[in-house]
Amino acid sequence: MTKILLMGNPNVGKSVIFSRLTGVHVVVSNYPGTTVSYTRGFMKLGEETAEVIDVPGTYTLEPTSEAEKIALQMLNTGDIVVNVVNATNLERNLYLTLQLLERGIPVVVALNIWDDTKHLGINIDLDKLRELLGVPVIPTVAVTSEGIKELVENIPRATSPHTPARTRNERWAAVGSIIDQVQLITHRHHTWRERLADASVKPLSGGIIALAVLVSSFMVVRFIGESLIGYVLDPLFTNLWAPVVLKLSQLMGGGGFPHDIVVGKVIGGEVNFVESFGLLTSGLYVPFAMVLPYIISFYLVLGILEDTGYLPRLAVLMDTIMHRLGLHGYAIIPTLLGLGCNVPAILATRILESKRERFIAATLISIAVPCAALQAMIFGLVGEQGGQYVAIVYGTLFVVWIILGIILNRLVRGFSPELLIEIPPYRLPPWRTVLQKLWMRTYGFLVEAIPIILGAVVVINILYFFGVFDAIANFTAPVVTGLLGLPKEAVTALAIGFLRKDVALGMLAPLALSAEQLVVGSVVLAMFFPCIATFVVLLRELGVVNMLKAAGVMIATALITGGILNLIL
Amino acid sequence: MLDRKQITLARMQGGQSGTVIQIRGGHGMVNRLNALGIMPGKRITKISTMLMRGPVTIEVDRVQVAIGFGMANRIIVKLD
Repeated sequence: MTKILLMGNPNVGKSVIFSRLTGVHVVVSNYPGTTVSYTRGFMKLGEETAEVIDVPGTYTLEPTSEAEKIALQMLNTGDIVVNVVNATNLERNLYLTLQLLERGIPVVVALNIWDDTKHLGINIDLDKLRELLGVPVIPTVAVTSEGIKELVENIPRATSPHTPARTRNERWAAVGSIIDQVQLITHRHHTWRERLADASVKPLSGGIIALAVLVSSFMVVRFIGESLIGYVLDPLFTNLWAPVVLKLSQLMGGGGFPHDIVVGKVIGGEVNFVESFGLLTSGLYVPFAMVLPYIISFYLVLGILEDTGYLPRLAVLMDTIMHRLGLHGYAIIPTLLGLGCNVPAILATRILESKRERFIAATLISIAVPCAALQAMIFGLVGEQGGQYVAIVYGTLFVVWIILGIILNRLVRGFSPELLIEIPPYRLPPWRTVLQKLWMRTYGFLVEAIPIILGAVVVINILYFFGVFDAIANFTAPVVTGLLGLPKEAVTALAIGFLRKDVALGMLAPLALSAEQLVVGSVVLAMFFPCIATFVVLLRELGVVNMLKAAGVMIATALITGGILNLIL
Repeated sequence: MLDRKQITLARMQGGQSGTVIQIRGGHGMVNRLNALGIMPGKRITKISTMLMRGPVTIEVDRVQVAIGFGMANRIIVKLD
């Protein structure tokens, strides 16, 4: 099968072109032996089907990062390259184009963001550019799908003109000569988007914008999450599902081991979906009616933030603070991802240059950044006791994030490299890609989390039945009761936290804890140990030795913080 | 060595424009900057510096790039 590679600089709309070429049926894969992921799809090319690969964005074929190394390796396996070029920044983009041509692989150039050249006062002589490069050049506007049909028609016409290998300086000179012949720039006025872009990276106005963006994001996430729970999912469970479960409970005799696994505890003819802990009660209610709404709302807002181009600006603003934690501003992006799920967040620490940064970032994320599933449960359970307690949980995690970062920055050897990033212009997010991404992430949650949640419910019931939890509880009682001030039964929840933290927090619900105890429980659960999925990626990313170090930091931090909270609350 | 119109990128004022004349850094740093279109001969405009020696944002070829303060200190610019 013909393998088509989509290659280009970051932020040129490569992914949008990809989704235009392939439609909705795409697969996200990991490159063998690494955690750099790429997207694969298929398209019709005349009679046959061709594979299309969205290669990670790269500025040059002389790799400067892990993702660029992978891009280079993938290039060796492809048949045709669709080189996506940003028409508003031809000069820098053509450097990669020339490198591709020098490799002798057939290339077709998609000159994307073509619509912006007009109001930016950029004139490009397309015929001259085609002549100089010797390959098809198709102007495209991926977000409106303008030019995509022509691009598809021209993929079979991709050619590989004889281009001599050049040194870096010769190549830049060649780019300069092409630019002189094809591009004419006329003066024009600044647009409001550019003024807003400038304001976002200035200290005062940038700070105000960041605050406004973060506060409104938080409010929108809560609003959508709460609305989905309150108006859709909770009524569905209470009105439609509860009667079915009660009927089933009667059929199964209202008690006994199989009944407890399937339905859980039914008290006084009522189903308590949070506390009953059966497969068909808590096993479904926790993931679908408590966690899923927040997964959807969080990833919707995150996707919009990603696709408007705001996140790199946040990285610039946060850079000074992040340096105190031994990181640079870019680390804010994996950290924000961690508020959704720690697994992709830890994978995303790959964008950081040094091992030291990746260790610090991954450790901080797994300790102090609660995932959306856990946060949903914190809002649901701790929020019942009052908003101030939720604030204490978040405040504590934030303070721990800062203090632990400062400590790690002192203790871990090495230095943190400096920030160097492109800041893309603000764009209106293409809804198609936002929704596609939202669907892929939500689907990912469903297929990965639901089996573990259901498995956890079964395991919990079996362990209860055999009294294993009582043994653990008695054994660890001095620490849990003495240091953290929690009832000894709470230890079962901490142990289950290794499987799923949302389920674990749900297990605290029937213990009738005070608000303060719930706060301690939530914080310790968030920090104590990563869930199994996070544990596996941490192990793969950090290696055994550093994973053990990170685990030591986690346990120590959780016990110290929990102990302090217990004393002062 | 620096004449009056030559100054580091870090010391430029927001809104000032000039031409990059030298990058005082190792191979790796020069390579990374080149990939983002920053090299001797390029015209740039400074947009801002964050507080407390934070990153410097510049515009080069209609694209904004943020550069750590230390790196910006090693990029020499000739003001217009």
